[in-house]
Amino acid sequence: MTEDDVVAELSDGMTIGIGGWGSRRKPMSLVRAILRSGLKDLHVVSYGGPDVGLLCAAGRVRRLTYGFVSLDSIPLEPHFRIARQTGSVEAREFDEGAFYLGLLAATHRVPFYPTRAGLGSDMLTYNPDLKTVTSPYDDGTELVAVPAFEIDVSLVHMNRADAAGNGQFLGPDLYFDDLFAMAAKRTFMSCERLVATEDLLREGSVHTLKIPRLHTDGVVEASGGAHFTECLPDYGRDEAFQREYAATARDPEAWARFQADWLDLPSHDEYRARLAGRADGGEAT
Amino acid sequence: MSDATIDEICLVALAEAFRGDGELLCHPMGPFPVAAGRLARASFEPDLMLTDTIAYAVVGTLPLGTTVGDPSGDEGIVVEGYLPFRTVFDQAWSGHRHVVMGASQIDRHGNQNFAAIGDYRQPKAQLLGLRGAPGNVINHTTSYWIPNQARTFAESVDVVSGPGYDRVAALPEPSGRFHEIRRVVTELAAYDFETPDHTMRLRSVHPGVSVDDVLAATPFELAVPHEVPASRLPTDEELHLIRNVIDPTGIRKHEFRS
Repeated sequence: MTEDDVVAELSDGMTIGIGGWGSRRKPMSLVRAILRSGLKDLHVVSYGGPDVGLLCAAGRVRRLTYGFVSLDSIPLEPHFRIARQTGSVEAREFDEGAFYLGLLAATHRVPFYPTRAGLGSDMLTYNPDLKTVTSPYDDGTELVAVPAFEIDVSLVHMNRADAAGNGQFLGPDLYFDDLFAMAAKRTFMSCERLVATEDLLREGSVHTLKIPRLHTDGVVEASGGAHFTECLPDYGRDEAFQREYAATARDPEAWARFQADWLDLPSHDEYRARLAGRADGGEAT
Repeated sequence: MSDATIDEICLVALAEAFRGDGELLCHPMGPFPVAAGRLARASFEPDLMLTDTIAYAVVGTLPLGTTVGDPSGDEGIVVEGYLPFRTVFDQAWSGHRHVVMGASQIDRHGNQNFAAIGDYRQPKAQLLGLRGAPGNVINHTTSYWIPNQARTFAESVDVVSGPGYDRVAALPEPSGRFHEIRRVVTELAAYDFETPDHTMRLRSVHPGVSVDDVLAATPFELAVPHEVPASRLPTDEELHLIRNVIDPTGIRKHEFRS
């Protein structure tokens, strides 16, 4: 598949789960494909980074379910901040760990998972639809009932995959990408490199084969597909590019230029070609 | 006479928050708290488990900024465990963890805000968000590092990320039984909540700081004992660890620039 084939499977108003964590291993070539499509009114579910910032800045998000939104080396995602401060998106914020349980509940097809996370905090105050449950056992503990995150389509980026949709991560952390894949009705996976199934174990140990093809509906080979977020061990974050992206939040002209230079391109290949020709050199490989 | 500087005194005061913790995951957020955790393990709490700030539990005393797999060099780092985010949440909920977080506002009950300033629904300033604070604070020991007390101590907080003692006391029993705010350390003093109603108490003032200085930077009623001890000075061994092993380039001093 290509990125545009994946986006052709999406429609306005859908709930889209996006894997990765902050500015780490985000399926950015797929996010850019959404940006150049006409998709709108999306409900995005993410441990957010520039995926959330870009989609908010482009006005594609109606509702946001998130554990946090950060660029890591730049702690506050500037486009997300604008979206919150102007009230342009409906925010549904969860404690980072509670967010994990929302994915897990959807994966296990149970309506909720109970946790202490959120009790006493304003997570409950500002999510009025969130409910608590009381333990049916003798302890009687009151707990937050984190609802299952119903996701139409998840998008994740892996280091390697085979054509059947078996996904492999080689970096320090899977994050919650397997749960995004299992929680969603359908999942599309981009990868740094497509390899033959028999070569997967040459790339990494069996413990790195974390997303079985049971949960994927299509694979896109996208070398550099996570740029400018990090995709270890294939490449680190392109900090110079990220700084340039972040600066566009302060200046509408810079944002228009950034859109023209990097977002209004017809394909990931064009993006890669332009990156290779950048004066200071792209760090993505 | 010790030549310890204020950043080093604060670092030791924050390291002291981990005294007695024994074998648990010491998980400070940000370079200054990380340095304090490494100092505690290298001196008086040798059983603490610490990470490289990414996903690896490591032994030995790493300098700030060194991580496993760093292209600029990770030779000699000994890994003793694997702690990806999912494991960290499991670990947090198991209770074998003590975090140090920052705050944009904190009140006398220990309610902490780093989520947003103004009305949460459309904030004047969106900050970090709730992040992991709600789950951390309700599940295990928490301390706070606040390098700018006058700007951070507040009569009330705009948003509660990490709940304080009053919020937790209002929960039905036994939902709040794992809540403990151990220590708050600022550039002026160290605080705890060891009062009958668990409101903030002045525990020690850093050398050179008076109780009046502390009160001038505190907009709420603070419990002040008759005798307020001075925060202890770093030992020679601690100064060596801070200056030559943990933070030879002085990253810790950046906390004091504003």
